[in-house]
Amino acid sequence: MNRVLTIVIGALIMLAIATLVLVALPYRELQDESPPEQLKPYTIAQLRGRATYVSMGCVYCHSQQPRAATLGPDALRGWGRPSVSADYAYDYPHLLGVSRTGPDLFNIGARQPSVDWHLAHLYQPRSVTPGSVMPSYPFLFKVVAHPGPNDKVVTLPPQFAPAGGQVVATQEALDLVAYLTALNHTYPVPATESGVTK
Amino acid sequence: MTLTVGALLALSFLISVLGLFMFIWAQTRGLMRAGPEAAQVIFETGELGMVEEPGISVTQRGALQRAESNANASATHGDAQRATHTRPDLQAREVQDRSSRAAAFAFLTSSILWLVLGSLAGLIASQKLTSPDFLVQSAWLTFGRIRTAHLNMVIYGWASMAGLGISLWMLPRLLKTRLVGERYAVAGAGLWNAGVAAGVVAILAGWTDGLQWLEIPWQIGILLALGGALSAVPLFLTLSRRNVDHLYVSVWYIAAALLWFPILYVVAKVPYVHFGVEQAIVNWWFAHNVLGLWLTPFGLASAYYFIAKVLGRPIYSYNLSLVGFWALAMFYSQAGIHHLLGGPVPAWLQSVSVVQSVMMLIPVLAVGVNQHMTVVGRFATLRYSPTLRFVVLGAALYTLVSLQGSLEAVPFFNRLVHFTQYKVAHAHLGLYGFYSMIMFGSIYFVMPRVLEREWPYPKLIALHFWLAVTGFAIYFVFLSIGGVLQGIAMLDATRPFMDSVNVLTPYLKARTFGGVLMTAGHLVFAWHFFAMVLDRGTIRSGQAFIGGAPSAGV
Repeated sequence: MNRVLTIVIGALIMLAIATLVLVALPYRELQDESPPEQLKPYTIAQLRGRATYVSMGCVYCHSQQPRAATLGPDALRGWGRPSVSADYAYDYPHLLGVSRTGPDLFNIGARQPSVDWHLAHLYQPRSVTPGSVMPSYPFLFKVVAHPGPNDKVVTLPPQFAPAGGQVVATQEALDLVAYLTALNHTYPVPATESGVTK
Repeated sequence: MTLTVGALLALSFLISVLGLFMFIWAQTRGLMRAGPEAAQVIFETGELGMVEEPGISVTQRGALQRAESNANASATHGDAQRATHTRPDLQAREVQDRSSRAAAFAFLTSSILWLVLGSLAGLIASQKLTSPDFLVQSAWLTFGRIRTAHLNMVIYGWASMAGLGISLWMLPRLLKTRLVGERYAVAGAGLWNAGVAAGVVAILAGWTDGLQWLEIPWQIGILLALGGALSAVPLFLTLSRRNVDHLYVSVWYIAAALLWFPILYVVAKVPYVHFGVEQAIVNWWFAHNVLGLWLTPFGLASAYYFIAKVLGRPIYSYNLSLVGFWALAMFYSQAGIHHLLGGPVPAWLQSVSVVQSVMMLIPVLAVGVNQHMTVVGRFATLRYSPTLRFVVLGAALYTLVSLQGSLEAVPFFNRLVHFTQYKVAHAHLGLYGFYSMIMFGSIYFVMPRVLEREWPYPKLIALHFWLAVTGFAIYFVFLSIGGVLQGIAMLDATRPFMDSVNVLTPYLKARTFGGVLMTAGHLVFAWHFFAMVLDRGTIRSGQAFIGGAPSAGV
């Protein structure tokens, strides 16, 4: 009997140590962190857009964690300064991402503030970025013959425009772009705030 | 908190060393009472040197036995022992095998269905990376969702259910008693299936918790937690009725995995507690441990049993296997944050994970040396036993994938391959090359005992093996090279980002081709499996072997 107990207790102790080090201690260290002053909470529209970003699985190709110059030319590519943990104060679920099939998006709003560009890019990425392997998202748009006065018409190069109608953004597409253009963490942070930038 | 940086690193090192000393102390005091007799607990008297392989025909079995006997010059067993089928201990084993039939069948059948569905989803996702306008009309099939459906189907559907099925089948044999509480496991299989199915539909419909490896919404995840807990019930009921003095190393792994997974899953899934970067840390602590503390134990438990059992030869060193077990528990559980190296994560935490990732060399070498020394000199047997062919390959790839993992955690190499497809290739080396290969081999051994029927078309087993191996070799080699080239392009500030996309394209196409072969292998496997279940095909002897002799059959 004591041998079974050896396994059970030993296995639980091992996992307890790991949970303490990898879950409990970081929780304690990070929980009191306050958001940077210049970081605004998301608006309702931006939160809806963020939910679309999550549900479409953008995170599987786009990271949101620019890194220090020692780790790569992120800053030179215009992806921004190395992020710090306080930058993510309003993020739930987190979207750090561990793949860069596409570029980092932590500061895409600063790099590409144009709503028209984002809408065209979502409708057909290759209309603005030749060679892109990003999927197109036609289901976030409608093709209508006569756009109404409140409709947001997407401007497309002629070879990408559908025959017999104009492309109009749905609310979901507009919200997603509201989120993307809000991704702007270019405000300065004290270098000591990050354990990484030191 | 700056003080904690060095202090924690020192502490974790200290605990590691302390643990090692405690282990040595326990060994010398005989607290772990392990030795040759513990390694032989899976054999009956006179079974050493006797091969067991229910997956092949009588003539093949004879050839396998000769290959083993040739390698084992001192063996006087062989044919003289063939007449043992009337022995009560082998009849008892037949009773043990029958006691787990329903549970093993429920889990293994489900796992194979998920394997087929998961492979098809993976193929679609792979094709999308080179044809971005393929199947884009519906949100259900967008890359971010179909890729995630693939991951969840192969991890929670195929890998977890196959591991549980094989483990439930091994338990009565390892503990030499009937499986107690089988109906809990069958109910667990039902709940688990419901959880995976609902979870995959939710993901495709756009309802996700958004964390990698934890996408299945927590409301549905409750089904997985309950199903997993129910499947653990027979383990503890059967343990309490065991008829063995020694717990074989496989039992250690299975018991620990069944304890660990519910804790991991609940801690990671509890809603509205985790936040920001802390959530990312918990995310990768979990994702890494799904492989390390859930699937790897199942894979190693199977390898330790089936290699020894097919060859009729105890594992090389039982003590070494225990070192491997405790070192795995110690180091693997703390390595997860190497997925976030260089990110906005406390530096001390990254250091801990790098240290523990490198320390993983200890359990990996312990397992690698042990399993290699068991098979060494007997590679001829791989020709005749499909179980051995798959399992020995899987065990070898376990060593390879783990060494690769330690290397990837080292900062200079991590800098190059982080964020690239190299990581995808690595993940598949672990989950396919190591884990799935071992599961394939185990299923070929187990199913004839579960159904008490032979595999109808032995040639299909070979076809499955070569499709899987060739397909995976193409997959892994090309994607690894592509990933390195992608990393080189990304790190070069003078090259536009698009270079890192373009350089990958031919390698991604090769990956899709490898994936097609792998999927074809799975279809062959599934077809063969269901042909056997439905009792189609040529009846040869109509019997499945147990020990060295044909069983009564049905």
